[in-house]
Amino acid sequence: MNLPYRITLEKRLDTPRIVLWLVPVVSILIALAFGAIVLAFAGANPLEAYGQILTGAFGSLTAWLDGQFYAVSETVVRTVPLILTGLAVAVAFRMRFWNIGAEGQLVFGGVFAAWVALFLPGVIPGIPQTPWVYLPLMALAAVAGGAIWALIPAFLKAYLEVDEIITTIMLNFVAILTYQYLFTGPWKDPEGQGFPGSALFPEFTWLPRLTGRVTLGLVLALAAAVVVWLVFDHTKLGYEIALMGENPEAARYAGVNRASIIIVVMVLSGGLAGLAGFTETAGISHRLQQGLAIGNGFTGIIVAWVAKLRPGWIVVVAFLLSALFVGGDQLQISMGLPASIGAFFQGMILLFILGGDVFTRYRVKITRRPAAVAVEV
Amino acid sequence: MVVEGHDRPTRPSAPVTDPTAAPIAVALRGITKTFPGVLANDHVDLEVRRGEIHALLGENGAGKSTLMSVLTGLYQPDQGRILIGDEAGRLRPVTIASPRDAIHLGIGMVHQHFKLVPTQTVAENVILGMDGVPFVLDMATVEAEVAALSERFRMPVPVSAYIWQISVGEQQRVEILKALYRGAEILILDEPTAVLTPQEAAEVAATLRALAAEGKAIIFISHKLDEVMTVADRVTVLRKGRNVATLDVAATDKHQLAELMVGREVATTIDKDDVEPGPVVLRIDGVVARNNRGIVALKDLSLEVRAGEILGVAGVAGNGQRELTEVVTGLRRAEQGTVTVDGDDLTDRAPVRFIDAGVSHVPSDRLGRGLAGNLPLADNMAMKAYRRPPIAAGPMLRRDRMRAFAVDLIERFNVDTPGPDTPARNLSGGNQQKAILAREITAGTRARERGRRPVLIAAYPTRGLDVGAIEDVRSHLLRQRSDGTAVLFISEELDELMMMSDRIAVLHGGEVMGVVTPAETTIEELGLMMAGEMRR
Repeated sequence: MNLPYRITLEKRLDTPRIVLWLVPVVSILIALAFGAIVLAFAGANPLEAYGQILTGAFGSLTAWLDGQFYAVSETVVRTVPLILTGLAVAVAFRMRFWNIGAEGQLVFGGVFAAWVALFLPGVIPGIPQTPWVYLPLMALAAVAGGAIWALIPAFLKAYLEVDEIITTIMLNFVAILTYQYLFTGPWKDPEGQGFPGSALFPEFTWLPRLTGRVTLGLVLALAAAVVVWLVFDHTKLGYEIALMGENPEAARYAGVNRASIIIVVMVLSGGLAGLAGFTETAGISHRLQQGLAIGNGFTGIIVAWVAKLRPGWIVVVAFLLSALFVGGDQLQISMGLPASIGAFFQGMILLFILGGDVFTRYRVKITRRPAAVAVEV
Repeated sequence: MVVEGHDRPTRPSAPVTDPTAAPIAVALRGITKTFPGVLANDHVDLEVRRGEIHALLGENGAGKSTLMSVLTGLYQPDQGRILIGDEAGRLRPVTIASPRDAIHLGIGMVHQHFKLVPTQTVAENVILGMDGVPFVLDMATVEAEVAALSERFRMPVPVSAYIWQISVGEQQRVEILKALYRGAEILILDEPTAVLTPQEAAEVAATLRALAAEGKAIIFISHKLDEVMTVADRVTVLRKGRNVATLDVAATDKHQLAELMVGREVATTIDKDDVEPGPVVLRIDGVVARNNRGIVALKDLSLEVRAGEILGVAGVAGNGQRELTEVVTGLRRAEQGTVTVDGDDLTDRAPVRFIDAGVSHVPSDRLGRGLAGNLPLADNMAMKAYRRPPIAAGPMLRRDRMRAFAVDLIERFNVDTPGPDTPARNLSGGNQQKAILAREITAGTRARERGRRPVLIAAYPTRGLDVGAIEDVRSHLLRQRSDGTAVLFISEELDELMMMSDRIAVLHGGEVMGVVTPAETTIEELGLMMAGEMRR
């Protein structure tokens, strides 16, 4: 109480542009500096480790000169589901609907897509067995799967005021356990010799590759980003979503139907997450197996939040975060550090970016306390 | 305390102490405070003496709130000094870095919107958040202390009652007691009479007198000239962040104060066109509705508003006005009764149906309901227009047209803003209100083009606005009346209701105490009806 100075926070009315840019950049730098300390404790040279992350995620100059782009292409592969889950989360968060269930919605999308690939040819043999027919069908099924899973919390919130954070989190577990039951139980490959997974999808249900392991899923994710941008900025729906998010009471006053917009938004959000389930099963694993629920739905929250819910930035942030993942894997191989180091950095970056946000909203003031002297006036 | 209707607030015969001789309690010297693009306080001087009631008069945006926020530690001044005087009048400079510092220095604030916890008792609220409260409370002692304090200053409060059980007037006394219990010598009251009946306001004036007689320095924020004239000893007028005058109330008059406050001559009368009211457009018949806490707030309420008529609604805030506006805009369900607009039964239909039917609504809570503060002004102005062409094109939204729409409204309604992309919250209260009014009036115009008879529900449209903006708002409402709109006009300013309305309905406890014409009634009579002591 008796310090000569006092630090106070004062609310900003206007945030200068430079502050909006500087704060996240400085936040990331501080996160990396903290990361360096932890790396040093883990017995690694932080500079070398950061170098390894870079080459692990993007490749080295010598590799590029040899025409080897494996590292970058792996980073892109991991980017695709993150873009989709990031968009899924952003759609809901824009309305301040806290959908923490993108993971479960992604898994359900994968399950639905897998059903189409595994069983539809047997159920309706008449459907032409070409990618032109089957891939759109699987994508639609995945969107439906994610949307259906998202509709449960949507209805509960819209009509019964059940807190969506709880329901979306809990439904993740239900979705993941259901999918694990399917590929270890009824859908298990009879010729898999005990391997936990479904049978391989027929080849006409595989997403075509563009380069390396990068599939058409990349194009799908980028197209989704454009669509979400259009919805946000150039449709009545996007306007209503923003209005609901900023002031639900004003939205009601403007005639927006709260229940129906919650449902539409969650169909969109869940559908986008479900689409990520499609790109992962039809594009990467080609069967339903362990590895679909690896936290992309949760990382999507980080992506959306760091990108401030803007679709263009979601693409960029998804790419950078997946670089951290892929680079973190490299650390494990070359320096013997735990693979979770990538997730660790993501956590640090989110923490510092969220914390740094205080400085975009408040100004720090240091005031001096004058000595208490009686003065005749 | 019995409310006596004929008790007019009167000036005390003589001040208890000579204000020019009493020691200075607090002095602000050259206080300057800027916000980005706004000079809120510009070298303001203010001296308040012990035992005086010092009114701080000014329009909204004149810098009253900023100045008081500096004094209570919410803001730090960019320049200037704050000095606190002891009983002998010796001044010492102080830094007030937080509200806590202000309390330690004996500065107490009574906010316009009370900061009380409804589910706690009076005594509990008084000690809430205080330093040095022991972990185990001895409530009997606290209650005795609070009772003694309320006795001493003649502010009767039931110390062990819950806040939700006591009247608004009593709640205000609790707020004052809270400050006194913390040892306040300098008491700031922010528009203390805004939520009271004329009779209750007179009681507050008496309380302030008693406090001043005990040597407290009282700063009394107001924009009501009558009140300043009856209650204060001295008055400081702020305009555009500057102290334009500090005067003895005895040596000035309302007219001079109004001019100082506005900076020009003020019209005190209103020109009303002669309008022959048309058919009934809005009909409310036997409506029963509950408030958010499930308590019946409208009891078998019936009203009619004709085309080209302003039906004023008088009443102390919280007597069903909010629920009334919500029932006639689709925002609240009516448990019984019907709401018809231009012959269509819209009872309990969705808000969008009311909008389509031509019901516009200027809500009482600008930023709570009327605007989404963080969204650009253009988005806010399009709230009632985005569903139809030209702004809508099928499911798509034409942002360029939305912007053009806003630019047009900004120009026609003189909204002072850097542009349509500015977040609505950055506008001053008056300009926010103009933006809402522009949106709602043009929504009515478009409804008329669709062949509807428009209805305008205006809840407290001039509240918190400066004199210039008030004139604007009133003339817009009168023009609506001339154009044949049915206007339901809710206000707590009785002078305003008398000037503007063709008929006045008085609400008390969710019931209509009577519908009168301004020519056949008086402010006193309205006051009695508002207090529920008279029906007509």
